[in-house]
Amino acid sequence: MTDHKTGTRSHDSRLFASSRTERSGAAAVVCAVRAGTMRLVILEDYDLASEWAAKYIRNRIVQAKPSADRYFTLGLPTGSTPLGCYKKLIEYYRKGDISFKYVKTFNMDEYVGLPRDHPESYHSYMWNNFFKHVDMDPANAHILDGNAADLQKECDAFEQKISDAGGIDLFVGGIGPDGHIAFNEPGSSLVSRTRVKTLAQDTILANARFFGNDLSKVPTMTLTVGVGTVMDAREVMILITGAHKAFALYKAIEEGVNHMWTVSAFQQHPRTIFVCDEDATLELRVKTVKYFKGLMHVHNKLVDPMYSIKDYKD
Amino acid sequence: MPTNRSVSDAAITQFVNCRILRDHRLQREDLWVREGKILNPEKLFFDEEGFADHQVDCGGRILAPGFIDVQINGGYGVDFSRAADDVSKGVGLVAEKILEHGVTSFCPTLVTSPPHVYHKVLPQFSIHEGGPGGAGVLGIHLEGPFISREKRGAHPEQYLRSFAPGGLADLLQVYGGLDNVAIVTLAPEMPGSLEVIRQLAEHGITVSLGHSVADLSQAELAVQHGATFITHLFNAMLPFHHRDPGIVGLLTSDQIPKDRTVFYGMIADGIHTNPAALRIAHRAHPAGLVLVTDAIAAMGLPPGRHTLGQQDIEIDGLHAYVAGTKTLSGSIATMDMCVRHFLQASGCSVEAALEAASLHPAQLLGISHRKGTLNYGSDADFVLLDDELHIRKTYIAGQQVWRK
Repeated sequence: MTDHKTGTRSHDSRLFASSRTERSGAAAVVCAVRAGTMRLVILEDYDLASEWAAKYIRNRIVQAKPSADRYFTLGLPTGSTPLGCYKKLIEYYRKGDISFKYVKTFNMDEYVGLPRDHPESYHSYMWNNFFKHVDMDPANAHILDGNAADLQKECDAFEQKISDAGGIDLFVGGIGPDGHIAFNEPGSSLVSRTRVKTLAQDTILANARFFGNDLSKVPTMTLTVGVGTVMDAREVMILITGAHKAFALYKAIEEGVNHMWTVSAFQQHPRTIFVCDEDATLELRVKTVKYFKGLMHVHNKLVDPMYSIKDYKD
Repeated sequence: MPTNRSVSDAAITQFVNCRILRDHRLQREDLWVREGKILNPEKLFFDEEGFADHQVDCGGRILAPGFIDVQINGGYGVDFSRAADDVSKGVGLVAEKILEHGVTSFCPTLVTSPPHVYHKVLPQFSIHEGGPGGAGVLGIHLEGPFISREKRGAHPEQYLRSFAPGGLADLLQVYGGLDNVAIVTLAPEMPGSLEVIRQLAEHGITVSLGHSVADLSQAELAVQHGATFITHLFNAMLPFHHRDPGIVGLLTSDQIPKDRTVFYGMIADGIHTNPAALRIAHRAHPAGLVLVTDAIAAMGLPPGRHTLGQQDIEIDGLHAYVAGTKTLSGSIATMDMCVRHFLQASGCSVEAALEAASLHPAQLLGISHRKGTLNYGSDADFVLLDDELHIRKTYIAGQQVWRK
């Protein structure tokens, strides 16, 4: 929750055994114990990056031991970047190493005015690329309804659902070529909440390939979680692959926090992981890349060993 | 988990680990069934927040729409044209047995018979859905008596007729009624045929050209008046001639109305048609090919002498002749044998072979919105096959009705 007057943020981090409260003496001690972490995890190619991300998500879910009393909440993206990650998660489910029965999911966005069963809607995307292959309980899958009668009410209800679910444990996202997170286009407020957004021309052009390259068929408005909504998550993982995203990654982590490159907001999040392939680092300084590559042995401890629900069978 | 489904509380079955025939391709997808119909799982997930109650593992097999046989004269000793008092019993026996061959719907066929036989037998047939008892009856196929003397084949000469003035009224006299009739085969060169064709088509009855000496222009006129099918192409019609292709020429005719497809039945038993002829027809007009068995009472019986309509026939291996002659009297191949033979002889894709026995007959009869496909909302009539297209299990309305 954000106190909009002072801009201070408090997190209920049940998983990290600490909670950040409004400024107080005790809190200062707690804050010192609870350090923020920004990790830039660089893998050689798209497949390895997808796999690393999937392994991380798997370990987080399995180790949380979700149950009917305490679900694991996951924020999810769409687009071409996370496809490899979804495929790996499905593979882990098929092998019996992970279950999504006690996982609640919240997708980042959905087009306005596109029929829900349109092949390019994000409902279709999530069904075809993820939900139909795993054991998600449909009641736990939340995606914004771009055909709701009152769009802002739909957005507010979505925020309430996240809050009712106890907040998001891990929000997985991508980055647009213009540095946007979800559909928070350049110029979006960095403390924004779920709302209706008109798409930037860059995004419409990037999406045209999914609509037969016919610009007139691409939706121009979406419902999207805000930057603030994602910042509220206890942990954020951003997937960035491909040379076309390299400049956006540079702007996101080597330049300042700026609302023209909304992903940069996560420089101020207490626990962020950027998972990239080599191509996505092409616009970074050699020094930055060398530093983070040098830390891979530390990063890899997060995915090795790999945990499985089979380990926890009582 | 408790149900909170808004549309129906009926059990949902999910068939997994299968390759289903959809959109003309075999795809790795699950098939969902509820209340005897194919269910849209995405809609179930998002609209109803529903999930499957049972899962059936299909072992990686092919899942295709159930076969539809639009020309079958009987089988297992049952002859649909015989003037019996217990016709429904015979239909029931055949309907049950053909589930083994993957047939989930069929058109019992009657050969040329005298009016009193039609009057006695026709009312005993009923159109009904299939189930555990047997395949569904889509309607009767009346093959004759308005056919050519010269091309009568095994049909009894003394019961052939020509059209009397009065068109449909005369047909109603001869048959006694057309309520449960799906298809009528006739010879279009006979005077008065065009008016009859037009009226039959208007009544929603499929008109088929067969047992005929019509030339191409007569056949084209018939199609323009509403005929949409050719009964067992090549058999009982003039052979293809390069200056007058006859009925066979309909496959590539440019006189067919734009919104119409002419379908043609093929008995792909390896006997009625030379594989080269089968290939010529398939390559000329693949979308119109409908596999039929034209099976006779002897299908499923041991070799020997049996009865068909008003005549006797002789079984010799896979051949069935009019007793004492070399005239073919019908086939005894089963539908799944025909599908396998068609696949092997034509070199077509597995999808095309399966569609020739399911989608195309459904399109012919105008019922492809509920039969012949695995589209959402269609009747859940389907078969599980291995890669060599042998039937392993047959389902009607989502219920298993036969297994190997």
